[in-house]
Amino acid sequence: MILEHLAASLSVANLLLALAGVTAGTVIGALPGLTATMAIAVLTPLTFTLEPSSALIALGAIYTGGIYGGCYAAILINTPGTPSSIATTLDGFPMAKRGDGDLALTLAVLASVFGGIVGALALLFISPLLAKVALAFGPVEYFWLAILGLTLVAALSEGSLIKGLIGCCFGLLIALVGTAIVGGDTRFVFGTTTLLGGVDVIVGLIGLFCIPVLIDLVATPEAHLKMSSDVRGFRLKEALSIAWKSKWNMLRSSALGTIIGILPAAGGPVASLIAYAEARRASKRPQNFGKGEPDGLIASESANNATVGGGLIPTLTLGIPGTPADAIILGALLVHGVRIGPNLFSNQSSIVYTFMFGLIIATIMMLPVGLILGRYFYRSIIAIPKAILAPGIAFLTILGTYAVHNNIYEVWLMLGLGGVGWILQKMGVPPAPIVLGLVLGPIAEQGFVQAWLIGNATGNVLGMFFGRPISIAIICVALLVLFYPAITARFARRVPDEGA
Amino acid sequence: MAYFDFCKTLTFSALLALGLGVAQPAAAFPDREVTYIIPFNAGGESDVTARLQEGPFQKITGQNFVIQYMVGAGGATAWSQLNGMQADGHLIMGINLPHLFLQPMEGTVGYKTEDITVLNVFQLTPHALIVPADSPIETLEDYIAEAKAAPGAITVAGTGSNSANQVAQLTFDKAAGIATTYVPFTGTAATTAALLGNQVRAQWGFTTVAAEQGENVRMLAVAMEERHPLFPDVPTFKEKGIDLVGGAHRGIAVPKDTPEELRQQLSDIFSQINSDPDFRSRMEEGGYVLVDIGYEVMDEFMSELGAEYIEVGKLLGLVK
Repeated sequence: MILEHLAASLSVANLLLALAGVTAGTVIGALPGLTATMAIAVLTPLTFTLEPSSALIALGAIYTGGIYGGCYAAILINTPGTPSSIATTLDGFPMAKRGDGDLALTLAVLASVFGGIVGALALLFISPLLAKVALAFGPVEYFWLAILGLTLVAALSEGSLIKGLIGCCFGLLIALVGTAIVGGDTRFVFGTTTLLGGVDVIVGLIGLFCIPVLIDLVATPEAHLKMSSDVRGFRLKEALSIAWKSKWNMLRSSALGTIIGILPAAGGPVASLIAYAEARRASKRPQNFGKGEPDGLIASESANNATVGGGLIPTLTLGIPGTPADAIILGALLVHGVRIGPNLFSNQSSIVYTFMFGLIIATIMMLPVGLILGRYFYRSIIAIPKAILAPGIAFLTILGTYAVHNNIYEVWLMLGLGGVGWILQKMGVPPAPIVLGLVLGPIAEQGFVQAWLIGNATGNVLGMFFGRPISIAIICVALLVLFYPAITARFARRVPDEGA
Repeated sequence: MAYFDFCKTLTFSALLALGLGVAQPAAAFPDREVTYIIPFNAGGESDVTARLQEGPFQKITGQNFVIQYMVGAGGATAWSQLNGMQADGHLIMGINLPHLFLQPMEGTVGYKTEDITVLNVFQLTPHALIVPADSPIETLEDYIAEAKAAPGAITVAGTGSNSANQVAQLTFDKAAGIATTYVPFTGTAATTAALLGNQVRAQWGFTTVAAEQGENVRMLAVAMEERHPLFPDVPTFKEKGIDLVGGAHRGIAVPKDTPEELRQQLSDIFSQINSDPDFRSRMEEGGYVLVDIGYEVMDEFMSELGAEYIEVGKLLGLVK
């Protein structure tokens, strides 16, 4: 029975769809501003003429390719191609700058494929169990999860914690702009309608990451990335051995990615940031993170692709989309006449199982596709003279920003943020903490206010915030991340004393 | 770069090919594809409705939709820009009520309700009070009794602030003489997840949520004149003595400079779509209720509803 579905997913049509989907998704995800979600939204109508299971396979392939593709821009031009690749810039770009860009790209493929398969296997085998996890996360847990993500600011501060905190607070400030979810009051909109929706994460990403890179590209005479003197192929063996050494990191990051992907309103960005934070804490070389440590890259990329499978778990078992892209997939299912909801698995099991196998196949296909496309992007970026590269990227940033909401004012906003971001960078405030605040601020605020409302109604505010098992676990991890370095430093100082 | 261009060209040509669709010898109007702007995220109820409408639209006019999203500020970003768009009848925008009434009351959102030229309201998702299937609250009376025993203790989830869900909560609480705590969430997904996870006691949602969740939830009542055909066992609020009838309406609007004849024609097309049997059955299966409020009666409809929502605005504290 199950094998029947596996056979169905291996039909020529489905295989071709998976290949086309992964390729299209990767290319779109690579362009800053064009996200995996956008790719799915735009390409969904093309799937309406297909069978439901084939359409799902195509969309799933586009999704997973899109999430993976974000690493290209992240590694090569220090701009996350999609919000899920923010953490990839932290170590990917330094690796590229020192000439290891090809290694970074290959590692990213391996990590993404691994993460994607972990997520897809979780979807296939333990969906019902994990769906319960999704429901157990209430507003309080989201709040503490966001706080856990914010502890990463210490890691992202490149030396000066104060400047990192300033950046993070600036990010939180920008996150306040717009309409509050709880209460509906408008904040810092200065009477305009553009800002009513707040500052979109993508606008912030492109402005704060890409514009300073562009300005520096133009301002300095050296080549953008260090060219390697010899043609070294994919450096696959090297990458495989690094990945093998990092296997626990990959496994842990993929698991984190799967679980965070399950939570509605979290997703790729949160998953990769938290996996990165954890990888840094658990690493024997935490001081290398942010300077081109492969483990950081691996953590980010495996976590974000694991959210593809993870996000589909509540989508297919509960009819509740785990990520915005899943909402579109659900919508596409509805248009195909497939009744979504808790009975999807039982009533339409052939469609669902064929789709899940197809997703695994598409993820595996990402390996050759990714290696080849990655090689092509790498060669292009290295070989293109700056005189063409800079205007090309500039054009892409404007295109990408406009594509978000078809709103020209957001392009101005992006450019303004870019200017501010460049000034801040010159003062020593890197963009990553700012974006951290921008992404996690709303989640933290919403979680806090909702939890307070509920706790207040039941007369149990303190118990609400500190008394729930999952929250306690998250708080402990956050404390660990914050104080682990201090504790280990204390032990390291002690040991020599005792030896003497 | 050439590769970039190739890929982009490929993607956009594919879209263009789809957009042009089948070229029909056009009689009158529309003579090319119609741009349908959705002010909410892809995959949501507005989006799905538009996609389902495209089939009948194609049958009736021979043209396709070009669906675009203009998300932001709960729809205000799109609605505030509507009147600056092309007014040749080939651009329509989805609208939602009560949003159009309540948003301008909140402050400067870039438009006033009268600015929006609504042509046709074709759909209603009625309010529904929903609890998890394993909740000890079995009937509406249980809910009211518990709320009276502990004012403010019952937490009810809903999507957004000053939204249809909050309107339902305030109107019901006032009519029943109780007090509950409204907890807003972003999007139906998060709201339903909160309900299913027992993070809150109940949810003010719509019949569509109950249709999707099936046996996982129990609907205590629906805000309709008569019981919903999909849920014959669920009473209406009216039956229980509470005057709560309504929900979120969906319709289309055009830029204000669109000529009169085209307005009437567009409204008629959408009324026709609404009577397509296949379309109707898909909508009803999803828990939607189809209504037929055409352009001819729109002024009356909007002013009646407007008066109701001014009262609601007072409840919400938006109108003094």
